[in-house]
Amino acid sequence: MSTLALPAPRASLKRERRWALIWSYVFLVIFAVIFLTPPLYMLVTSLKTSAEISAVTLPWWVFHPTLENYRTLFTSEQYLTFFRNSAVVALSVVAITMVISILAAFSLSRMRFWGSAALATGVFLTYLIPETLLFIPLFKIFAFVQDWTGIEMMNHWWVLIVVYPTLTVPFCTWIMIGYFASIPKELDEAALIDGASYFQVLTRIFLPVALPGVIAATIFAFTVSWADFLYPMAFTTSIDQMVLPAGIVTTLIKGDVYNWGQIMTAALLGALPPLLIYAFLMDYYIAGLTAGATKG
Amino acid sequence: MANGIATEAAARLPVARRRAARRRFARHKSLIAFLMALPLIALIAALVVYPAFYSLWLAMLNKGMEHFVALGNFTCLFRRDVFGRVVKQSVIFAVSAVIFKALIGFVVAHFVHNIPAKGQRKWRGMLLVPWVIPPAMSTLAWFWLFDPSYSAFNWVLSRIGLHAVPWLGDPLWARFSVILVNVWYGAPFFLIMYLAALKSVPEQLYEAAAIDGASGWQKIWYVTLPMMRNIIAITVLFSLIVTFANFDIVRILTNGGPIDQTHVFATWAFQLGIEGGDLPLGACVSLFMFPILGIAAYFILRDINRRGTEA
Amino acid sequence: MAQVNLRKVFKEYDEVPAVRGIDLDIGDKEFVVLVGPSGCGKTTTLRMIAGLEDITDGEILIGGDVVNDVPPKDRDIAMVFQNYALYPHMTVHENMSFGLRLKRVPKDEIDRRVKAVASILSITELLNRKPKQLSGGQRQRVAMGRAIVRNPKVFLFDEPLSNLDAKLRVHMRTEIKKVHQKVRTTTVYVTHDQVEAMTLADRVVVMNAGLIEQVGTPHELYHSPATLFVAGFIGSPAMNMMRCGLEETAGALRLKLHGDLALPVPQERVARYQPHAGKSNLLLGLRPEHLTEMRSQSAPGQSAFDATVEVTEPMGMETLVFFSLNGAEVCARTNPAANLQPGKRAQLLADLRYMHLIDETSGRVL
Repeated sequence: MSTLALPAPRASLKRERRWALIWSYVFLVIFAVIFLTPPLYMLVTSLKTSAEISAVTLPWWVFHPTLENYRTLFTSEQYLTFFRNSAVVALSVVAITMVISILAAFSLSRMRFWGSAALATGVFLTYLIPETLLFIPLFKIFAFVQDWTGIEMMNHWWVLIVVYPTLTVPFCTWIMIGYFASIPKELDEAALIDGASYFQVLTRIFLPVALPGVIAATIFAFTVSWADFLYPMAFTTSIDQMVLPAGIVTTLIKGDVYNWGQIMTAALLGALPPLLIYAFLMDYYIAGLTAGATKG
Repeated sequence: MANGIATEAAARLPVARRRAARRRFARHKSLIAFLMALPLIALIAALVVYPAFYSLWLAMLNKGMEHFVALGNFTCLFRRDVFGRVVKQSVIFAVSAVIFKALIGFVVAHFVHNIPAKGQRKWRGMLLVPWVIPPAMSTLAWFWLFDPSYSAFNWVLSRIGLHAVPWLGDPLWARFSVILVNVWYGAPFFLIMYLAALKSVPEQLYEAAAIDGASGWQKIWYVTLPMMRNIIAITVLFSLIVTFANFDIVRILTNGGPIDQTHVFATWAFQLGIEGGDLPLGACVSLFMFPILGIAAYFILRDINRRGTEA
Repeated sequence: MAQVNLRKVFKEYDEVPAVRGIDLDIGDKEFVVLVGPSGCGKTTTLRMIAGLEDITDGEILIGGDVVNDVPPKDRDIAMVFQNYALYPHMTVHENMSFGLRLKRVPKDEIDRRVKAVASILSITELLNRKPKQLSGGQRQRVAMGRAIVRNPKVFLFDEPLSNLDAKLRVHMRTEIKKVHQKVRTTTVYVTHDQVEAMTLADRVVVMNAGLIEQVGTPHELYHSPATLFVAGFIGSPAMNMMRCGLEETAGALRLKLHGDLALPVPQERVARYQPHAGKSNLLLGLRPEHLTEMRSQSAPGQSAFDATVEVTEPMGMETLVFFSLNGAEVCARTNPAANLQPGKRAQLLADLRYMHLIDETSGRVL
């Protein structure tokens, strides 16, 4: 009679977990490759000369890297205009958005007026009316305003400063309401008793305590304003009025010969600000997104 | 010194005078609250609600916007066969893209959740990149990757002995490519949301299920999915709306082509309305999105309310 | 002078009354405790004094001035909250100096005052820490420090010790009393714990269902409660309430407790209770310490009776003995040496010189 030596259960469980871990990593690598290929390819292409591109040696690697494309763009009046327009628009919209959102969030989370509860929950329902529905009537409205008041609305980049808040304010307000609502009411009361006015309660207590929310909302507003494509395409037609997304794509379509090196460089540089913000403030970025998932 | 012993007689004194004063004070505070929320309300009213209604009116004018043609634009559209194609394409595009985005997001979220916590941040960071890059820019990269002459993908295919694929030239492949890019762009968002939701599922539920004899798959079906039901519903519904109304990707990759096979509502409306100069017709096209958006809105509202009462 | 006066103060929330007309005068430097069960209106009253709630009707005066429409920041008051309400993003020093900084008090003055108060409360070494690095007791002291630094006319405390564990609560109670002795400011303190009320207050205000039941010193409330509610609320273990009738036989008043038990009313009370002879809906209120084991020396006014002991709770210095009378559970505090046993019949002594006779329908102590 031989005694059966059973494998220790702990060992097989550990082995099972190890396999699960290995498979997880395998798939993560696969997906990382899939997700990162296009931007990396943008980078590779941006370092190629036109000659190397058309030579079609190996698309995935650059053999004779050059910074020529970068130099051209940095000295291109047109491209710099795009960049400047984007920057001005994005920063202005961020400022406007934060002011409107913070005021509204403070009011909706702390004070009451007729309809405030409905407004607080329903504010993000505005996203149910997408920009692709609104751009045509807005076009006509802006033309109308221009005829009526003489203010130049058509084909000017500042029109974007007017419309972009519709894309950013609802969600930013929603984020701020979530953060403000989680501040205990006693804190306001303590501040009021300490002698603060409502404005001081907002600026010296709420904003510092809800700072992660403020940062997340700011990042969101900036990213959306930087990246929007439809409104610029609809409302700006002259090259000097365009922001980056519209500008890069339009100059591409204009030309007959695509200078892919330059196009990729332009696109990569255009994607840089959001990417940099993401790289440095990733946790706030993600916190802003998942505010819905965790705070319900 | 008052030694206020309770007397039932001191029950209700006339309070009319003081009530008026209190109401004044309360109304004052309400007014300030309203004023603070006014910019928000004004913004949405003027630039979202009003244009939405205006588009209804606009869609019923003729091209020159001189006279009223009621449903003339609508019937005109029905007669065009492009219209049928646009409806079909928009629906197929939205539904299939969202299904894949949700699936991929869900699956990859599990993988990220499985690895030790320290490494999760790194991987999460890498995997969210497609969503961070402005879609216009990343779509340009895809456009380049799909280029008929220089496609890097075709280069790989030819190296392993397969034919080059007309990514954007052939109608079927074009539709595939458009969906592919949208899934690439949107899946990371689902990944992040589902990862956060996964983390909020209490570990004890899995332990209880394991003791009850559940396998890995059963755990997902009986524990994970029900706990994540709300977040899945919300993300899917919102994504349906956003994908349905998508403009950037189709416009840059195919501009609706080849032969209008990949047009969605947004791009077709743009082509007719802005490029073609027929604003009413464009508005008309955009409006067709509305019924579908309305249905999605109904489901979202219902779900939000249910969530509210559950909490 | 920082007196606080409440004149016929009403508070209604959407037609639901929370405070139903109270009159109260609090003297300068007095420590007054509002005590009562949940929902009695004590916190609402405190918040109206603070200005955090509007007053539906009536007047509140601080320092002689009507403050009904005055916002909290102009009332010169300070408040300590149940949840401390410390500003999480500020250090202890900044928390305490916030009010002064808002008033643009010069920096060195602020520093001097903060350091002085910190030393009174023994939190000087915590000045540079943030609230999340502090324990519950430390946070409560910082909250008090924030209030004291402002040197207000009135201190308001909203159940400040409820979030602390029992031992810490006892310790902080003493701290608060010491602080009040050093910083003599009018104080209004709200709690649901009658022990806190009794130990801290100069005068106690017992509230119930939006009305004041009684105002008095702890001694007055304990020994001369005016209503059934106050009699039963103050004191632990609670006062025993036994149903009885008052009968008069041959010029002598007796308390008829049940069937065969009737106790003679002490001589000094006869005149007072005479008018109520014949009533049967009365309650005999007697505190447990006035129900003891049988003693050899019994004074006039003390009556002996028998009862079957149900439960005994040895407390060390005394043994609580529980028995039934007229269907109600009664508690007696006995000497452990008497060694009363559960299940056995024992002879007990009721010291009726300390009795209270209460009309059950009106709730008044006769």
